[in-house]
Amino acid sequence: MFAMIRQINRVTAAIIFLLLALIVNLSYLQVFKAGDLRNQAGNQRVTLTEYSRERGPILLASQSIAESTPTVDALKYLREYSDGSTYASITGFYSLVYGATGIEAEANNVLAGNDSRFFVDRLQQLFANREPKGGAIRLTINPDAQVAAMNALNGRTGAVVAIDPTTGAILALASSPSFDPNLLSSHDAGDIQAQYEKLNADSKQPLLNRPLAMTLPPGSTFKLITAAAALESGQYLAESELPGPSQINLPGTDVQLGNWNRRSCGPGDVTTLQSALEVSCNTAFAWLGMELGSDAISEQAKKFGFESEFEVPMTAAISRFPVDPNKPQTAMSAIGQFDVRATVLQMAMVAAGIANNGVVMNPYLVSQVLGPDLTVLQNTNPSAFGRAMSIENAKILRDMMVGVVKNGTASNARISGISVGGKTGTAENTPGEPAHAWFVGLAPSEQSKVAVAVVLQNGGGATEVSGNALAAPIAAAVMRAVLKQ
Amino acid sequence: MCPYSYNSWLSGVNTVTVALNLYRVSTRRSAELVLLVGAWLIGVFAWILVDSATGETSFGGWTSLLSAGILLLITHGVVRWQAPYADPLLLPCVAALNMLGLAMIHRLDIAAAQRAESNGSPLPTPDVYLQLTWMLLGLVAFILILVFVTDHRRLQRFTFTAGFAGIVLLFFPLLPFIGSEVNGARLWINVLGFSFQPGELAKVALTIFFAGFLVSRRHSLALVQNKILGVGVPRAKDLGPLILVWFAALLVLVLERDLGTSLLLFGLFIVMLYVATGRRSWVLIGATLLTAGGAIAYRAFGHVRIRFDVWLDPFADANGSGFQIVQSLYGFANGGLFGTGWGQGYPQLVPFAKTDFITSALGEELGLMGLIAILLLFAIVVERGARAAVATRDPFGNLLAIGLTAVIGLQTFIVIGGVSRLVPLTGLTTPFLSYGGSSLVANYIIIALLIRISNAARAPEVSDTDLVMRQDVRDD
Repeated sequence: MFAMIRQINRVTAAIIFLLLALIVNLSYLQVFKAGDLRNQAGNQRVTLTEYSRERGPILLASQSIAESTPTVDALKYLREYSDGSTYASITGFYSLVYGATGIEAEANNVLAGNDSRFFVDRLQQLFANREPKGGAIRLTINPDAQVAAMNALNGRTGAVVAIDPTTGAILALASSPSFDPNLLSSHDAGDIQAQYEKLNADSKQPLLNRPLAMTLPPGSTFKLITAAAALESGQYLAESELPGPSQINLPGTDVQLGNWNRRSCGPGDVTTLQSALEVSCNTAFAWLGMELGSDAISEQAKKFGFESEFEVPMTAAISRFPVDPNKPQTAMSAIGQFDVRATVLQMAMVAAGIANNGVVMNPYLVSQVLGPDLTVLQNTNPSAFGRAMSIENAKILRDMMVGVVKNGTASNARISGISVGGKTGTAENTPGEPAHAWFVGLAPSEQSKVAVAVVLQNGGGATEVSGNALAAPIAAAVMRAVLKQ
Repeated sequence: MCPYSYNSWLSGVNTVTVALNLYRVSTRRSAELVLLVGAWLIGVFAWILVDSATGETSFGGWTSLLSAGILLLITHGVVRWQAPYADPLLLPCVAALNMLGLAMIHRLDIAAAQRAESNGSPLPTPDVYLQLTWMLLGLVAFILILVFVTDHRRLQRFTFTAGFAGIVLLFFPLLPFIGSEVNGARLWINVLGFSFQPGELAKVALTIFFAGFLVSRRHSLALVQNKILGVGVPRAKDLGPLILVWFAALLVLVLERDLGTSLLLFGLFIVMLYVATGRRSWVLIGATLLTAGGAIAYRAFGHVRIRFDVWLDPFADANGSGFQIVQSLYGFANGGLFGTGWGQGYPQLVPFAKTDFITSALGEELGLMGLIAILLLFAIVVERGARAAVATRDPFGNLLAIGLTAVIGLQTFIVIGGVSRLVPLTGLTTPFLSYGGSSLVANYIIIALLIRISNAARAPEVSDTDLVMRQDVRDD
């Protein structure tokens, strides 16, 4: 009669086993699988935790361009951008639906207060029962230069990068057309989605970070690198004579490469390196490219930063020089056509390297990391990427660039009382479509404070004039803003 | 067969029992009191932590906490009076669970109030007061059972009454006018503005019925006619009751769309059938019928298919059919090992956080450590219930106690396994934790019956002669 006891014990063991299975499953769920689940797209909890804390501001020298303000809804803080569209390519957005981009993404640990450097702050906040708060980021951006760049671009499709040549600090990083990050950082998921889809469908791609993410053929501005390679080879000086006919035959092909103005570059089809740069002589630089060889030009390009990845902290696209081009391809590459592709940032770094006596500095946007109470936790130390050319050759090339602005194709970059150096470019991307108008420059040439690169996409006609007509004035405006002229 | 009458034996040894009572057996009632105060304090601390973390103190916490404390004290007094030898752990364990549930419901009330405030909508009525009322009713039911059921063996007389009541309660919600459908499942009745889930009470009535029925039929059910693959198979004509229960469970599933109750009742019957007969073949046949029923339901009913598919891949439709379970998993993950702390997570993001998904709310704020503690409380209840089942001296008591224990154990497994995706989600309340009156009342009745049985088992009527007799009978 009492034989049921054996069964009761077995049933009890089975139920306890089921409860143990629950514990095993919960351990798997809450410890081993937890990380995956937390990072699952659509998990609001991580975002909610971040929004419940005051996110630190993004600062310029004396103003804030992004800060969190308290709200009354479930997400306790709203991210707000003052003059949002001017700085959108730098701040990025901070969206409930689409995550973060730009500095908001790259410096998220600091801004959200998760950075390990805040450990002591977090302990203090815990014990003082104060609301936890994120740290702040101070940028190298010069607001005058940034506003000047955006105003000068005036909604046209293009980009501007200005760099302090001595440090690599980025003074302006403009992308046009831009967007208002406030629209994507609201608390209304439906509205965010609608706004994002509208921006994403725009054929002018306002969400594209043009100065960093876009590579284009640099056109004649690349002649600076070919000239640098020539000077560095030791076989050429500014006065060295080069052949400069109105057109040359590319060896092994039927292609006749001509000058933009279909004219000879000098009396008797002979020119100098100096004047070839001033008039942007295609035939002379194509010849020079073939004489130097693709290896020499490729090496020179690499020294300026081609083939390297830069994190400013946003990762910039890699600029490329073609691998093992044949002779005609080398000739075309030497004038910045064929498969040469460069970011606007890269072309600004070329000007900056020439301006900084041949040393290329690593570009950067963040000047300081600050704690929640705005005490400085870290200052960025400028670092050199490497030497691209000798001090002497850098000075020679700078003077040649001054000649381009003073006597040559870049007359619109002149600033009264300042000696400006520069180089225009017009790059054909797709045959039949308007070319990209380029300008790279530096000022003042004696001791440069700013190096700049400008591109207007599909800006004008296929002549060298467009670089001067369209891009050079924008560069001049930005340089004037930096130099306070 | 049973060779003697238990009652006649009792009167015979009465004098011995009285003599033995002279050296008193410890009743452990003081231990129960201390543990009960501890259980209440867990709830008090949880409540204080919720209020301090959310900054809300306008909910009259102390009134609620003190009334809960007084209720528990009164209940303890009744146990002292009516069942002095009862197991001292059962009541404190379920009281701790009930207090934790109250604190979490209070915490979710605050979240709902804050949400209403930010939306500018009117403040919702806090559910915690209603749950306190149900706790009061549950404890009143507990006390009534202890006072009026002085001997659990008397319940055996009501075997078929209980069976009839169980069936009526189970299918009550199907009646027009008073039955109502909530979230696709028709398992509620509305009477005078109160909604009640009669299925919860049905499971108590049916456990009594199963125990009484199986005690009388267990010998024939245990008969083996032939063997298949070395396993004894019961006679075909004895399959009747099992098929009947299986059919009733399927009816519940089909007519009321209540996957949880259906699974629980069938599982309970298998467990009790096994305990009564000791035949593992019943478990195999039961498992086969369960699989067959599941397969039929999967093919025939959309809601079962959805539940099963969501179980396999909840992220396939994370914003649709998989939304509840996905949100629940996010809650568990956010809690991690130690939890966010009371009032510091987002349990309100999980639908039905106060009822079916309260475990995921607790998992988020108390973490794995908190959930293990809660599951240990359930394990203690199961172990203590089983101990009463083993120790009681009548087969009806054996069977009733293990049945009631299995109800709590199985329901805990089905619902917590469901919200943590160990098994498909079925929709049941978590005993003592979830918001819901019928569940709380029914579970307090279960604990009252277990306390009644454990009192009988532990009362110092056991003499050495009785133990000898138990040995004798065991050889039958």
